[in-house]
Amino acid sequence: MANLLKIVNGERVDRAAIPMIDLDEFLQSLTDFVGEDGSVVQFFAYREGASNRLLAVLRNDDLFLIGTEVGESFPSLTRAGSKKFQLFEREIAEQYGIRPNGHPWLKPVRYHANYPGLPDIFGNDYAIDIPGNYEYFQVQGESIHEVAVGPVHAGIIEPGHFRFQCAGEEVLHLEIQLGYQHRGIEKMLTEVPQKRLPVICEGIAGDTSIGHNLCCCQAIEALAGLQVDRGASIVRVIALELERIANHIGDLGALSGDVAFNPPAAYFGRIRGEFLNLLQVLSGNRFGKGLLRPGGITQVMADEQRLLIAQKLSEVTPEIRNVCDLLFSAHTVQARFEHTGTVSLAAAKDLGLVGYAGRACGLAYDARIAFPTERYAVLPGNTNAVTNGDVNSRAEVRREEILHSLALIEMMLSQYEQTRQAVQMRRHELAPDALVVTVNEGWRGEVSHCVLTDQTGRIQRYKIKDPSFHNWMGLAMSLRNQEISDFPLCNKSFNLSYCGYDL
Amino acid sequence: MLKVIKNRFEQGCKTSSYPKEPITLYSRYRGLPIVNKDCPKIVAVQCAQICPQEAIDPERLLIDLGRCTFCGQCETVENGTFVRFSQNFELGAANRQDLITDGQLPDLAAHAKAHFKKLFGRSLQLRQVSAAGCNACEADTNVLNTPFFDLSRFGIDFVASPRHADGIHVTGPVSMNMKTALLTTYEAVPSPKVVIASGCCSISGGPFYGSSEIIGDLNSILPVDLYIPGCPPHPLTTLHALLKFFK
Repeated sequence: MANLLKIVNGERVDRAAIPMIDLDEFLQSLTDFVGEDGSVVQFFAYREGASNRLLAVLRNDDLFLIGTEVGESFPSLTRAGSKKFQLFEREIAEQYGIRPNGHPWLKPVRYHANYPGLPDIFGNDYAIDIPGNYEYFQVQGESIHEVAVGPVHAGIIEPGHFRFQCAGEEVLHLEIQLGYQHRGIEKMLTEVPQKRLPVICEGIAGDTSIGHNLCCCQAIEALAGLQVDRGASIVRVIALELERIANHIGDLGALSGDVAFNPPAAYFGRIRGEFLNLLQVLSGNRFGKGLLRPGGITQVMADEQRLLIAQKLSEVTPEIRNVCDLLFSAHTVQARFEHTGTVSLAAAKDLGLVGYAGRACGLAYDARIAFPTERYAVLPGNTNAVTNGDVNSRAEVRREEILHSLALIEMMLSQYEQTRQAVQMRRHELAPDALVVTVNEGWRGEVSHCVLTDQTGRIQRYKIKDPSFHNWMGLAMSLRNQEISDFPLCNKSFNLSYCGYDL
Repeated sequence: MLKVIKNRFEQGCKTSSYPKEPITLYSRYRGLPIVNKDCPKIVAVQCAQICPQEAIDPERLLIDLGRCTFCGQCETVENGTFVRFSQNFELGAANRQDLITDGQLPDLAAHAKAHFKKLFGRSLQLRQVSAAGCNACEADTNVLNTPFFDLSRFGIDFVASPRHADGIHVTGPVSMNMKTALLTTYEAVPSPKVVIASGCCSISGGPFYGSSEIIGDLNSILPVDLYIPGCPPHPLTTLHALLKFFK
């Protein structure tokens, strides 16, 4: 692993410093790295003149960078042994028309024509606007039946297609086909004026507005050499934790509703709103849109807002504890949560699950601890007591994280430091020939952006990774040998992002 | 059982008395923008230049609420000389043109089609279709079913099947990959039916305008009856629009 460049989260790297090594050596390094419990943060292609390049951002206790030049194809790393690459390789094939030879199942990720306009690897005609022009995996047998759900689902949720292979009530295999939400964001970000970047990044996944925009702002800050003062960092941490709490509480309520235990569903549904309203107190928007901009924050947190947040927290914290107790101590709930949708630690490791989905299986990784940004280096981490990999564990992890986040916000509120000046979006000169990787622990897990500039300082490639990119396969695995009626419960325990995946 | 009762007492009744009693939103909430008609043109031009959404017409001193994400940056120019965002969340409109405004929106109730009130005034069932929405619009629509808003007390419900619906409520900029599913859902709703465009994405493409992967204007493929602006629309904006337009 001597050929990997160690990098720091959110710090600019000169492109000349990126080790661009021979393809075979590159592939071997990646295989070795994940073989030793390493994980893939990003793995993507970009065009350099007439040639293709591959870049990988890897992590164990540190972050590493490595690159290579590639032709029209390369030997699949998935074939070579690690499942962690399977989706990244399909994405590379779809975005740049580079074929990972021997990939065990090369199918589209999002269904769109590749960027350079090369012949399509999947043989799709994109004039036909239905994603998934390919054969679904099928189980054969006399009593096997298939259930197709979506893209339009029964509730107010995003679109995606689920294909179940069942024997009676038992699900043998679930295949998840997404792409319906594809808006072409990565391509847009290299073409639009800089003033649009934060607004677009806030829309990558609206429930992770703060998480994604934080990655975007930190990337621009690194490339433009901007400093963020402590007062602004404090508000960024509070906003990210409010976002986490709001989503976790909403999910605990929905999980309760899915097992037909209505009181916590109603209470948590309402309490979630209180946290969205706190984001509105900070920023004027219930999802924190418009709050973060390169260089700091757009609205100062003054004593009035600090007090409003503190008061509301002291009001709802005991309520949250009580409703959690009501939910988790009900034996009917326990009977439905426990041993449902279990993902083993080995499978979670294999697939590279992140966030609460990973932590519920015993993978402790939390980007706030491993690669802290803003004020996280001085804040305490969280540990999880229940890590059996089932719905119950994913729910317990949420409960623990809600209480942990409440404590973090309290600590941040007690630091009376106000940002010197609110900032607004303006155009910044970006360093030429540079690269930056930003990683933050969004509420679902590891959110990462990688920005590459050309010799004029223009953004040449903007790569986004939502934690859902890793975790959708975890949901599919959790359904193996489960009753199909447990799908809503399993699905909600993961609550993954469709648009964050589809981009 | 005791815990259920204990929590029930602690929670109490949290349902809002809106619309019988008005609600005041926190001062930082950015609702209907009020344009200063005496604003010097140079300031308006400055606002138009920084607007990430190209929502400002500096010549006529108007803001397009169908494009605006209410980020509030224009309000910071010259201390709000061009525009100030009020806390008025009543933003719904029946015509696309009405959304291009200086802050005076026509009365929505007066512009609603009379037969809609007759048909759907007592019961309105909607099928929600997320067509590449970022999940903010979807989440803040879902919130209407929580006890605070309690949408069903007005006879309005979101239903699972388009066959049971009186219309569709669409969020998102309509990706190419969702176009077919959206049109199929619309066809499955029995006539007469309504189409509601919720959020700036469905009205103009929102933050994603200009992308080749989206339609960007719901009205170009389906006849929109009601526009609800915002990024996302505040739940009260949606509630107000539904009540005024159909009740």
